[in-house]
Amino acid sequence: MKHRLQFAGKKLIRMALLLLGVSIVTFLLMCASPLDPLQTNVGQVALGSMSPEQVARLEAYWGVDTPPVQRYLGWLGGVLHGDMGTSLLYRQPVLTVIGQRLANSVFLLLAVWVFSGILGLVLGVAAGAFRGKWPDRLIRGYCLLISSTPTFWLAILLLLIFSVWLGWFPIGLSVPAGVAADAVTFVDRIRHAVLPALTLSITGVANIALHTREKMIDVLESDYVLFARARGESETSVILRHGLRNVSLPAITLQFASVSEIIGGSVLVEQVFSYPGLGQVAVTAGLGSDLPLLLGITVITSAIVFAGNLIADLLYGAADPRIRRGAARE
Amino acid sequence: MEPILEIEHMSVYFTQYERGIRRRVLPVIRDLTLSVEAGQIVAVVGASGSGKSLLAHGILGILPYNSHMEGEIRYAGEPLPRERSAELRGKEIVLIPQGVNYLDPLMKVGAQLRKGSRDEKVRERTSRALRRYGLSEETEEMYPFELSGGMARRVLIASAVTGIPRLIIADEPTPGLDVRAAKRILGHFRELADEGAGILFITHDLEQALTVADQVAVFYAGETIEVASAADFSDVENLRHPFTRAIWRAMPEHGFHPVSGTQPYPGSRETGCSFAGQCSASTETCRETDLIPLRECCGGMVRCLHPGKEASL
Ligand SMILES: Nc1ncnc2c1ncn2[C@@H]1O[C@H](COP(=O)(O)OP(=O)(O)OP(=O)(O)O)[C@@H](O)[C@H]1O
Ligand SMILES: [Mg+2]
Repeated sequence: MKHRLQFAGKKLIRMALLLLGVSIVTFLLMCASPLDPLQTNVGQVALGSMSPEQVARLEAYWGVDTPPVQRYLGWLGGVLHGDMGTSLLYRQPVLTVIGQRLANSVFLLLAVWVFSGILGLVLGVAAGAFRGKWPDRLIRGYCLLISSTPTFWLAILLLLIFSVWLGWFPIGLSVPAGVAADAVTFVDRIRHAVLPALTLSITGVANIALHTREKMIDVLESDYVLFARARGESETSVILRHGLRNVSLPAITLQFASVSEIIGGSVLVEQVFSYPGLGQVAVTAGLGSDLPLLLGITVITSAIVFAGNLIADLLYGAADPRIRRGAARE
Repeated sequence: MEPILEIEHMSVYFTQYERGIRRRVLPVIRDLTLSVEAGQIVAVVGASGSGKSLLAHGILGILPYNSHMEGEIRYAGEPLPRERSAELRGKEIVLIPQGVNYLDPLMKVGAQLRKGSRDEKVRERTSRALRRYGLSEETEEMYPFELSGGMARRVLIASAVTGIPRLIIADEPTPGLDVRAAKRILGHFRELADEGAGILFITHDLEQALTVADQVAVFYAGETIEVASAADFSDVENLRHPFTRAIWRAMPEHGFHPVSGTQPYPGSRETGCSFAGQCSASTETCRETDLIPLRECCGGMVRCLHPGKEASL
């Protein structure tokens, strides 16, 4: 147990360093951005009709006149006191904006994560077990096709088919437009999330299935499966008892590593479906030079991804008898 | 006595694809003949890569999917097609593999030997088999990585006697064990043979084979080149094939003379005796005869045109 705590402690320190690095890189990229915050947010024409004092006030608001180092340190000091700042575009605390958007996205991302994990595992195990036969070729063909298709393109395709032609699902947003917030039903929310979720799942499944298939093939060619067969275990028993068991450990790692891919994919997909989630607001913040908001988003999503990997490591240790019992004996 | 296992003219081929398109059939075992009687230990001795493990897998019907087998295998007097070996393996025909990596690393020993059965009788039989080799109840709750080398070997032997085996195939069951531990394991084999099982003992160690075996089949590049009784090895003059004589001379107590050259890689040789390249007694006919048959010779069998000659030493 002490061993495990030490392990988690070390990881947390590393996480703090990583988040620091991520925020610095984001900040530097933002500084290097060719977009002028005043021109993009206020507009060339409006700027031209303003008095110099007004422009100076705007420059102060967007932080253009502050030296970058001072700006960054100001932000960092705030964060260390638990204050992530105020969004320049939304004029609300960054945490409030992120909280609202995350609430919209979490449902979507979680559904994708669970669905693509389970389906990917099942398809990968099946493909490995039927190696070289038609189910394998079918699954592998699907995975390779999907892996080489850009996510946003797939999103547009689904949107065309299911929303425009068939009219089964709404074209965008997370709730019906023009309906009071308390009149929005759960079914409405689901209907709006189906297509973005489907897009992300279709791509997520492919990666997990291909990796699981490789591992399954390794397992089925292993000495212990040979011996299980020699002992008269049936093919079903070999796949369910030995195959699934040995594939599940790498599957844990794979499943938590996919968190980063799903969040990354959601940026594009939410844009296509105008789904007001975290991904979409990240794009808005980036293009609108909303530094506090963008820094907040990158730091929080990095923390989520890092936490996913940490959970994977801890789960792995708990599930693998070699680590679990090995540590207990020390 | 009726042989429990008879193998006649067995061949194993692998189908490989070269650069994706060209199909190539690679013979790894050619025209193999062998028989094992109940109560007898037959050692199969051959160098690494000579096809010993594939022989074992062929009998059990668990060859890899890109291979096929020809020839006849009879078990207890009746042909042994794949379906029948699927029926019998793990019950009457059992395999004792080489080491701990033949156990599922994520499954407890007891659960593995019970093969998923929750039957009380199976549980009882399994712990009886483990007890027989001095392994307590606690062993059943251990994972393979927690076993010592010797314990793992005993677990693997115990897995063979959860039922009443009639044919035991042991594929290199002793590497990595010190002489005393290896001797104990071989003693267990003698005991099982005395209880009536036929044992096919696969090894690359002639010296070890001679300590327990009744018969020795010598393997070279996928062929049986000689079948001799263990007694024949007391004098090199009794041995028929030049390769057998060469490995006899390579034994420590006979001077440790190394066998020069290496066995040809499967598929690299089209015709003639596979040992011809390393044999000083070989002639033009040795290299050109299509398939030299395995024939009876002075109480054993040999695949050689000039039996009794010496190889280059
Ligand atoms: N799946 C396969 N595809 C192609 N060739 C194979 C395959 N499996 C084995 N072989 C070849 O068959 C030959 C015999 O292999 P086998 O494992 O039976 O040797 P062995 O006598 O048991 O050797 P060792 O003493 O090292 O265990 C080897 O040359 C090997 O390269
Ligand atoms: Mg082998």
